[in-house]
Amino acid sequence: MRKQHIGLLYTLPQILWLLVFFAAPLCIIVIYSFLKKGLYGGVEPQFSLEAYTAMANPNIVLVTWRTLKISIIATTLTLLIALPCGYSIARSRNQAIRLFLVIVPFWTNFLIRIYAWIAIMGNEGFLNDILRALHLTTESIQFLYNQTAVILVLVYMYLPYAILPLFSTIDKFDFTLLDAARDLGATKFQSYIHVLLPNIKSGLVTAGLFTFVPIFGAYAVPLLIGGKDSYMLGNIIADQLTKTRNWPLASSISMTVTVLTTGLVFLIAMRKPREQKQVFDVDPAFLQATPDGER
Amino acid sequence: MKGADVDIVGVSKFFGSFQALKNVNLSISKGEFFSLLGPSGCGKTTVLRLIGGFEDPDSGSIAIDGKNVLGLPPDKRHCNTVFQSYALFPHLSVFENVAFPLRIRKMPQELVREKVMHYLSLVQLEMHAPKKPSQLSGGQRQRVAIARALINEPSILLLDEPLSALDAKLRQHMLMELDTIHDKVGITFIYVTHDQQEALSVSDRIAVMNMGEVLQIGTPRQIYENPATEFVARFIGETNVFNLKIVSIDGTKIQGEAEGLGLMFVDDESDARPGETVLATIRPEKIRISTKIPKTNGGQINILHGFVAEPIYSGFQTKYIVQVDSGMFVTVYRQHANWSEGIPDIEWKDEVYLSFSAADMVIVEMHGQ
Repeated sequence: MRKQHIGLLYTLPQILWLLVFFAAPLCIIVIYSFLKKGLYGGVEPQFSLEAYTAMANPNIVLVTWRTLKISIIATTLTLLIALPCGYSIARSRNQAIRLFLVIVPFWTNFLIRIYAWIAIMGNEGFLNDILRALHLTTESIQFLYNQTAVILVLVYMYLPYAILPLFSTIDKFDFTLLDAARDLGATKFQSYIHVLLPNIKSGLVTAGLFTFVPIFGAYAVPLLIGGKDSYMLGNIIADQLTKTRNWPLASSISMTVTVLTTGLVFLIAMRKPREQKQVFDVDPAFLQATPDGER
Repeated sequence: MKGADVDIVGVSKFFGSFQALKNVNLSISKGEFFSLLGPSGCGKTTVLRLIGGFEDPDSGSIAIDGKNVLGLPPDKRHCNTVFQSYALFPHLSVFENVAFPLRIRKMPQELVREKVMHYLSLVQLEMHAPKKPSQLSGGQRQRVAIARALINEPSILLLDEPLSALDAKLRQHMLMELDTIHDKVGITFIYVTHDQQEALSVSDRIAVMNMGEVLQIGTPRQIYENPATEFVARFIGETNVFNLKIVSIDGTKIQGEAEGLGLMFVDDESDARPGETVLATIRPEKIRISTKIPKTNGGQINILHGFVAEPIYSGFQTKYIVQVDSGMFVTVYRQHANWSEGIPDIEWKDEVYLSFSAADMVIVEMHGQ
């Protein structure tokens, strides 16, 4: 009993921190989402489901779908790029240097890196300068302010979060298994699909979550890089909070995003360690019938 | 005869500036149980990886059944490998591990089941089919690896130190099983090991390697009884080596002077001339040890005098390390088969005589020549 009390004491700072900075704000958002909207922002202390019914607004539904679509595309692209990156780092002789290069961008502020992309892709930006210098175009090409640009920058932003968990899983992978697969008749591609991928599934899932969850709540990238066609849920929440001043609606959308993403995480975490595909279908009775004496 | 021949001609292989193989020539016949034996780093595994297609030689050629296989990837060669670490797929059951090559070939499910169960029964693992490799013991994993390597019906099975992860008792047992499997399937086995006992007990022929070179190829008996070089003699079993300065040579009858020991007789072929120095070896079990001067019966018998420096009792025999008059230590094995005959027990510091026949001595090449 005493020991348990001491354990509780050790975790007290953690618990306090989480209560004040996580649980309390979350509760406030939950409560706000069920209250009536105040006239000039804020809330009226009166129960209402208005904020949730208001989400049926076709505009919000559209943006929800778009957010989902952008998140899925960006996550898929990130994983497709991160997988070979992680693999090559894991198999390389100078892992430390390559990992360092992956982490280097973190030293620059998130927003500054977004502005860097604006500087590269803007109408008077680096890319257009080069194209003009090569006489490939006379007019500036509009690279920014569309979905493609948003996806590109999102992929860029979250690539390290996918490369790192993939690297650490692939680094533990026994590469002789690939030799074995080749030896048993698999082509190089087949050996990756049938042997490498199933054995690094946990790394893929982690990398996927690390990219999908933050991208689903993206705000700054679509705001600065995107245009009308790339408004995401994060932007709507901010608008409701600061422009339209509908705090309950901002809260209810936030709740939806939170529930959806935590739901996804739970689904994956709680999933039973899935049995491998049951291609094996020898009748147990058949096994039992084999007399023991024969072996 | 099933299986395939392997012809390796003038193969060299570099890893960076390190030469792993130096002009290796091997000719392995169909159905043979062929061992590559040598200390770690001697290049034996490299030879196996070259045959398997995991590496390409820098020069020389490799042919399987007379067909050049250089440039063919592993999945296009009719050989399969049992890896040192077994390399079983951890995400698949025993059944699916063995079925893997068939799944790749998209064989119908019925046939897959039949074949997999057949090969699992060959290694006596039918009952373990649904288990994951992590649930098996070392010996069982080993057998899964063998079944998986055999299911494609390769003409050559490459075994890379397959028993090194097992304990001594199990190793003996698996060795016998390997031999049985070889007899059943009849294909060519190429077996890499650093354990001379393993190689001697199952191989049809052995190639002894050291530092990227093949030193001798022969049957276990040839390798043991007639080692070509000092390295082979010392690596396979134990041996005693004497430096002999040749006094006279008449056919195979050689007389040589060993420093501090006087004249010694050797009956072996040698093209050395009088005045030259050769290495003559004698195996410890071919030396008799006694406390009295043995009778020579006028034959060509060498007799050395010395004192027991260390007796090592190991049940079925005692190993004596005897310091002879020249100061050199000679190893002698004395079997306990006739212990009851009342031969006086020989102990530490006893004065003893060692006798051995000239015919049992073998002249070997000096190491490094």
